[in-house]
Amino acid sequence: MNLLPSLRPIFEEVTHRFGDRLKPLRVERPDEVYFEAGMELAAGFCAHLYKLWNARLVSVFADDARAEAGVFHLYYLYGLDAAHGFFILRVPVPPEEPQFASLTNAVHAVNWQEREIQDCFGLKLLGHPNPRRCVLHDDWPEVYPLRKDFDLRTKLPPFQGERHKFRKVEGEGVFQVPVGPVHAGIIEPGHFLFSVAGEPVLYLQLRLFYVHKGTEKLFEHLPLAHAVRLAESISGDSSFAHATAFCHAVERAAGVEAPPRARFLRSICLELERLHNHLADIGAICTDVAFATANMHCARLKEGLLRLNEQLTGNRLLRGMAALGGVRFDFEPPHLEALAQRLAQLRPDFESVVHLIEESSSTIDRLENTGVLKPDIARNLGVVGIAGRASGFDHDLRRDFPHAAYDQVNFKVPVYQAGDVKRRMQVRIDEVRESLGLIEQLATRLPAGPLRAEIGELPPDRTALGFVEGWRGEIFHWIRTAPGNRLARCKVKDPSLQNWPALSEAILGNIIPDFPVVNKSFNLSYSGNDR
Amino acid sequence: MFGILGKSVSTGIVTTSYPATAPELSGRARGRPEIDWANWKDARPAARVCPTGAISHEDSGDRRVARLDLAKCIFCGLCAEADTAIRVTNICECAARARQDLLTAATYSLKPDLTHNKLLDAPSSSAAGRRERTAGSSEALERLGGQIKAQVEKIFGRSLHIREVDAGSCNGCEVEIVALNSPVYDLERFGMHFVASPRHADMLLVTGPVTRNMELALKKTYDATPEPRLVVAVGACGCSGGIFGQNYASLGGVDNVLPVDVYIPGCPPNPFALLHGILTAVGRLEPREVRPEPRTGGV
Repeated sequence: MNLLPSLRPIFEEVTHRFGDRLKPLRVERPDEVYFEAGMELAAGFCAHLYKLWNARLVSVFADDARAEAGVFHLYYLYGLDAAHGFFILRVPVPPEEPQFASLTNAVHAVNWQEREIQDCFGLKLLGHPNPRRCVLHDDWPEVYPLRKDFDLRTKLPPFQGERHKFRKVEGEGVFQVPVGPVHAGIIEPGHFLFSVAGEPVLYLQLRLFYVHKGTEKLFEHLPLAHAVRLAESISGDSSFAHATAFCHAVERAAGVEAPPRARFLRSICLELERLHNHLADIGAICTDVAFATANMHCARLKEGLLRLNEQLTGNRLLRGMAALGGVRFDFEPPHLEALAQRLAQLRPDFESVVHLIEESSSTIDRLENTGVLKPDIARNLGVVGIAGRASGFDHDLRRDFPHAAYDQVNFKVPVYQAGDVKRRMQVRIDEVRESLGLIEQLATRLPAGPLRAEIGELPPDRTALGFVEGWRGEIFHWIRTAPGNRLARCKVKDPSLQNWPALSEAILGNIIPDFPVVNKSFNLSYSGNDR
Repeated sequence: MFGILGKSVSTGIVTTSYPATAPELSGRARGRPEIDWANWKDARPAARVCPTGAISHEDSGDRRVARLDLAKCIFCGLCAEADTAIRVTNICECAARARQDLLTAATYSLKPDLTHNKLLDAPSSSAAGRRERTAGSSEALERLGGQIKAQVEKIFGRSLHIREVDAGSCNGCEVEIVALNSPVYDLERFGMHFVASPRHADMLLVTGPVTRNMELALKKTYDATPEPRLVVAVGACGCSGGIFGQNYASLGGVDNVLPVDVYIPGCPPNPFALLHGILTAVGRLEPREVRPEPRTGGV
């Protein structure tokens, strides 16, 4: 067993602690260890890992393995950030007793994920504080789309409307303000129900999953090469990150590593994706506090980057670039020249725009102490990515779990404690600077060699976890292979799923007119969340 | 204050002169694929690698109907890698008024090994289709078409208010639609702008495969838009359902739910393609002039 040395003490401690009740399954890869245990151990295992090893429950998902193993499987994915590894607990659920115990009361982060399992697999949630429907809205018939006996192309009766019961917020002078799903701006759909007394928000209820389009089920029906293109369409602003996380999972399942040049190009593309999104967000945050000029400059800079993306990869959102085993297009000397030139122009231009923003006291006034997400609440909710780093969570997969070529370069991870809109913008500003430095390091040290490693036919019933630190936060793709080079399951975990509930916390006590800027400072993906 | 003005002055004008000039695209930019129909030897390899079924074929006996459906195409270019008879162009201005204008089909006779023997029916491309229809129609019908076009231009040809509706997209289309508001594309120079409510809108710009969870919201948004109104379907998903197609949660293209006036293919369509589609919808697209004086700033 080639376990990562940093994971060994943890592995030994938990196997000793839980004895026969915890069965180590296999070490798929040095940083990915699988265990199996009965449902009764799930909560204890979780509490133990949290307390003793400072682990965090990254994701909970299910898999219909009735055909192969006669049971449903629940998977609890724990990140051991300090030890740079993942523990995955598999819990069998017999089909005769399709139910499982909720961990939401202990780990708030899995609230929606557990309900998603209930909706899509028909496994009844026990002990959940709010076990209502989530992915499938109220008017859906009793169907369990992710069960293997449910056909992807099933035609359901048309949507008839629903009477979703939001929680009542009552009291003298309390108003409820419903917003969405079709919003005023050019953004994705979701419903927000504000309860306000006077101006301050007392309570915000979120209702998402309007753009659920059966993505995970669809993965099971596509050949692997087509699935890469589907991964690009999970969240358009993170096309490359999602597709690369998917390729990473497939490569790990095949035991193949992308060649060095491909890994460098992946990192460059991931940073380009980060840059154009961060620039857009910095601008959009300024717009939402009425500093439109800054947004216009940011939009102009972003456009330059999108055109650069097109020049390098043929698509402005880097689509078509990701490929199993590596990347599809090479960066020739003229491309690298264009890249260097564009970034050299961008740097002073960006700094002068940042200067404009920082000089604008009316802008900074609106951003400071607005939409505060306190570090302890962020930690409780498992908030990751930009929002996590702005609220004191010192975490970045690029550093803690180096993928692509991130083990070859130096960069700093900005972390702030205050957790307000200003800090979420500051994290972005800092990361733009770091990204520029990263791309420079990567481009000048780009190794020669092939662009893709050959991936043969995948053996069936392999499981693998792929991950990427996207611009928004950590992205995970977990796959189980099926015969015929196909997938039996692909679980997609966008950081938005973890971060959305934090918005309800950050908005408390703020006024509704500040909601757009608070929302923008998180800028979470609806599509990545809803899939 | 002076800092802001100084920055604006030193930046100069960055707005594109499109549509007076051609879209500014790089050499690698992938637009719609072009098939050398007359010399196409086999539709199967391209159909196999096509992730969305934009290239497809239907065989019966020794006949094959091969199709290229731009409404489904995500411009990934994998077909051109698999087949030398296919070339990826950087043409992005593909918007069409009818779904079938995006579909090209040709009939081949087959050899025993199922490769193409001979092109039997010349491909009916969108342009050719339009020509045929015009040629076949009576003068009266043509006159009526002209009147309708003039009417559309009269109603929508000046200031246009657009309401964007994401009915299930991955937000890729939104990234590009937002770019229309940037100083580079500056939709406002056409007197067009995005409005916050469908009640103020002349046009709905709809993205996404329409999800089951958004179907009702989309219909209600449409009902809230005063007549006369235009609906423009954006992106491969909006035009046809794209890679998602129809499934338990997705109803496919926008025209499965609403009548669509113009289709803008692409995944996502770039801002030039979006402008082309919007201007097509309101009949304001004119033949391209010679390139005017170069701009002062530039992106």
